[in-house]
Amino acid sequence: MSDALVIAELSEDGSVKKATLSAITFAKRALPALGGSFSILILGANSKTAAAELAGYGAAKVLTCEDASFAKYTAENFTPTVAEVGKAFGLIVATATTFGKDLLPRVAARLDAAYAGDCSAVTSEGGKLVYKRPMFAGNVFGYCTLGTPIQVATARQSEFEAAAVSGGASPVESVAKAAPSGAASRVEFVSLEAVKSERPELTEASIIVSGGRALKEKFFEVLEPLASALGAALGASRAAVDAGYAPGDFQVGQTGKIVAPKLYFAIGISGAIQHIAGMKGSKVIVAINKDPEAPIFQLADYGLVADLFTAVPALIAELKKRA
Amino acid sequence: MKVLVALKRVADPDNANKVKISPQGDAVDTTGLEWKTNPFDEYALEAALRLTENGKTPKKREGEVVVVTLAPKEGETMLRAALATGADRAIRVEANDADLDGRLVAHALKALVAAEKPDLVLLGKQAVDGDSNQVGQRLAELLDWPMATFAATIKEETGALLVGREVDGGVATLRVTLPAVVTVDLRIVAPTSVFSKLSQAEAGFKHNEGVRFAPLPAIMAAKKKPLEVKALAELVGDKQSTTKYLKFERPPQRSGGAKVKDVAELVEKLANVSKVI
Repeated sequence: MSDALVIAELSEDGSVKKATLSAITFAKRALPALGGSFSILILGANSKTAAAELAGYGAAKVLTCEDASFAKYTAENFTPTVAEVGKAFGLIVATATTFGKDLLPRVAARLDAAYAGDCSAVTSEGGKLVYKRPMFAGNVFGYCTLGTPIQVATARQSEFEAAAVSGGASPVESVAKAAPSGAASRVEFVSLEAVKSERPELTEASIIVSGGRALKEKFFEVLEPLASALGAALGASRAAVDAGYAPGDFQVGQTGKIVAPKLYFAIGISGAIQHIAGMKGSKVIVAINKDPEAPIFQLADYGLVADLFTAVPALIAELKKRA
Repeated sequence: MKVLVALKRVADPDNANKVKISPQGDAVDTTGLEWKTNPFDEYALEAALRLTENGKTPKKREGEVVVVTLAPKEGETMLRAALATGADRAIRVEANDADLDGRLVAHALKALVAAEKPDLVLLGKQAVDGDSNQVGQRLAELLDWPMATFAATIKEETGALLVGREVDGGVATLRVTLPAVVTVDLRIVAPTSVFSKLSQAEAGFKHNEGVRFAPLPAIMAAKKKPLEVKALAELVGDKQSTTKYLKFERPPQRSGGAKVKDVAELVEKLANVSKVI
């Protein structure tokens, strides 16, 4: 029997990022194979708000490690403490955000543990955890087991719904910061340039409006009004980002963000394999493209062959008629 | 600066939808797909070349770039291509993908780093076949080196690198003291993404967009560059892969393909059939 440890991800202001709740769901699904309970570990400069937020999800314990140095995340500084606490657990899990994907493999290496990244499911087979992972840009699912006493995994946020508050109050315990590593003294956090947006986060939005290279310099001019009319997040294809029409963190795809909203608009996007890998889990897909042969149409529930520069304004007008 | 670049050959990522599963479901079959260098590793090599050159004399290496792969003999084609674009030396560790996982690869690279003593190890942020995204992070921890993953920009300073990382919601900038491990993202091959101390000294200097291609004479010359072969056991002892794939399957296909005639029909369907707006 062993337990699971969820690594919480905090915002700059010390509040819990919603992504953390997907890792809790992952941990809960792993418990039948582990046979134990799950706890949550919070590293932060001030962990009180986060601990209070996370005490209602049914964790055996909420462990907190407060240190001024944790105000700015670096993997080098977080790893020794996460590994020190984590070595008492059978499974260490975080959500596969850039935080989770940066930190957890490093933690795994410190514990010489095997790692299953970006898992889309976790099940139990013969008392062992089986991790389902998208591979080859989502064209293959692999099912693997890890053969080390401690196992480390990250959960694909779009495949694990946010855990719901289950009531109760988990006991909160503080833990000591582990001795720093040599690497931590040789990395300096310089800055975080956050992209400010009034819109929902791409990975949490229920509607996404994504644009491709066809939008050219009119990317925002054309798509913003549509996103506003729908309360949607804005995304982009790699081609649009590479061309400089949209910022890097808009990118949806194998190597960008993986999204699964209830409604996804692909506008002026042809449907390259690596883009499809990032959005094909969407419930309903709409494609607007003037090329009737664009591969995106094979995937779309509703395809509209039209020039986007006239179709998008018309679509906005039609939506407003209904509002 | 001496840079070690880790490369992996992968089945042609532009045709990843043509990957097949064996009838027993126990293996991925890439027969018929061309082997390509993992795109992110190609970008890592390009970044290494940019970091070891003076913009004025790109043919002259200011330092050394060593490329390494863990692959069967056929993987040498990829190493020769890397040598042709400017790398100085190559190392192939004899191994098959089926016997490797990220943990074992990181241990092997650690041993190579101990022998080669580079100032910097550059890797792609992930290989686009396994999509695992772990080797760089693991290697950095095994070495107790600082790291910067998902790098979009690298600027060389004295004994350090200033690295812009693409993270959720923006760009995080780290300064890592060398020696360090850096894994690169797509944007690292943009014209103003990577500057060595020498190239940034030239005002307005820009690289060409994307990765460089080798001219024919360089391809011929690359055949004479040193390529060393090592056994995996020399590097990792009796360590084995600890990741075991039980089965593979194709994801369910979407039943798309329907068209609407205009935006009115589209909105009507979204509202009344799919009920998503």
